[in-house]
Amino acid sequence: MSESDLQPLDGNAAAGLLGEMFWRDMTTATGICAGCGSEGPFAEARLFASAMGSVLRCPHCDNVLLRAARTPRGVWLDMQGFRSLTFTPTPDAN
Amino acid sequence: MTEAQPVAGVPRRLLWSRAEVVSLRDDTPRVRSLTLAVADWPGHLAGQHVDVRLTAEDGYQAQRSYSIASPPEAPLLELTVETISDGEVSPYLTGELRPGDIFELRGPIGGYFVWSERQPGPLVLIGGGSGVVPLMAMLRHRAIAGPTQPALLVYSSRNWDEIIYRDELERLAAADPSLRIVHTLTRAQPQGWQGFRRRVDKAMLEELGVPALASPNLFICGPTPMVETAAQASVELGIDAARIKTERFGPSGG
Ligand SMILES: Cc1cc2nc3c(=O)[nH]c(=O)nc-3n(C[C@H](O)[C@H](O)[C@H](O)COP(=O)(O)OP(=O)(O)OC[C@H]3O[C@@H](n4cnc5c(N)ncnc54)[C@H](O)[C@@H]3O)c2cc1C
Ligand SMILES: [Zn+2]
Repeated sequence: MSESDLQPLDGNAAAGLLGEMFWRDMTTATGICAGCGSEGPFAEARLFASAMGSVLRCPHCDNVLLRAARTPRGVWLDMQGFRSLTFTPTPDAN
Repeated sequence: MTEAQPVAGVPRRLLWSRAEVVSLRDDTPRVRSLTLAVADWPGHLAGQHVDVRLTAEDGYQAQRSYSIASPPEAPLLELTVETISDGEVSPYLTGELRPGDIFELRGPIGGYFVWSERQPGPLVLIGGGSGVVPLMAMLRHRAIAGPTQPALLVYSSRNWDEIIYRDELERLAAADPSLRIVHTLTRAQPQGWQGFRRRVDKAMLEELGVPALASPNLFICGPTPMVETAAQASVELGIDAARIKTERFGPSGG
């Protein structure tokens, strides 16, 4: 099955994996896409997940924002599709 | 509240813990709720989920996400799982587990798709199938905290018998005049059914008065196609996209 046949999940579903690496919740961050410059919540990006790893794509231009994979050496993460990520403290979940 | 203080619902680090099954409840023929005791549970917010990990004897592991159905106020954790017949994880959770059994989970996870009664503005919850689970945590939390704002749940199920939490939803609405629950039954309807019989769409949300609400908070959860349609319809109705939070569960039930 190719990536495009799958029903995508979204950034919410990547929270656990990223929580292994970062000691804070990433899904509340606001990201800017390096492809089209649009800005939006991490949680609203499209996630294509498989046993091999996960690919997060921009909902506007399909640019790959993030790739994550489990390798024998540990978790591998490529986030170059984000131009930037902004973390704003929220009253409930910072 | 400063960054340094521990916050309910946000563990300092995400680690696997042992969950013990305390009791089981059948919600529909394909859906079962598990009440769990989790050691050192740090507390959670309504809308968050956990990751469940199952390990076979040969070491093979499968991991899936499940929303937390219980409100933050409840002493035990509740998950509500729909059986996907050829699935790897859900048939085990709904069919094999017995009280006293133990499995691994980690959480609470996700700080985005969360709601608390302190958040101002009317609440609009749109759910399809098991997508109602995190929305139920919000409604249970709302009932315990004491409702201060009107709330609407638009809940799409295939038929009457597949409505998860049907009786409890009825009780919640009966006890709270500011809560409105609207079912839509997409596949089959009981005789004399007067309600909606199609997937959630723009005309439905319009008819229910969603565009007229001042600064509503929308939470949309369910199969990916249903979430996309409902979110798109909400935006077309003029609702500020920043007030619409979505969570996709993946493939639709067909
Ligand atoms: C953040 C998040 C929260 C979730 N919360 C819940 C929850 O509270 N309750 C709940 O029941 N599920 C929930 N899910 C879905 C859950 O994580 C699993 O995807 C689901 O239980 C199927 O897993 P499985 O291993 O049984 O099936 P798999 O082995 O993953 O899939 C088997 C086959 O069924 C198909 N399939 C997968 N899911 C569905 C579906 N929903 N309907 C029809 N076909 C499907 C797959 O494409 C595959 O062909 C949530 C998902 C996410 C991302
Ligand atoms: Zn983009």
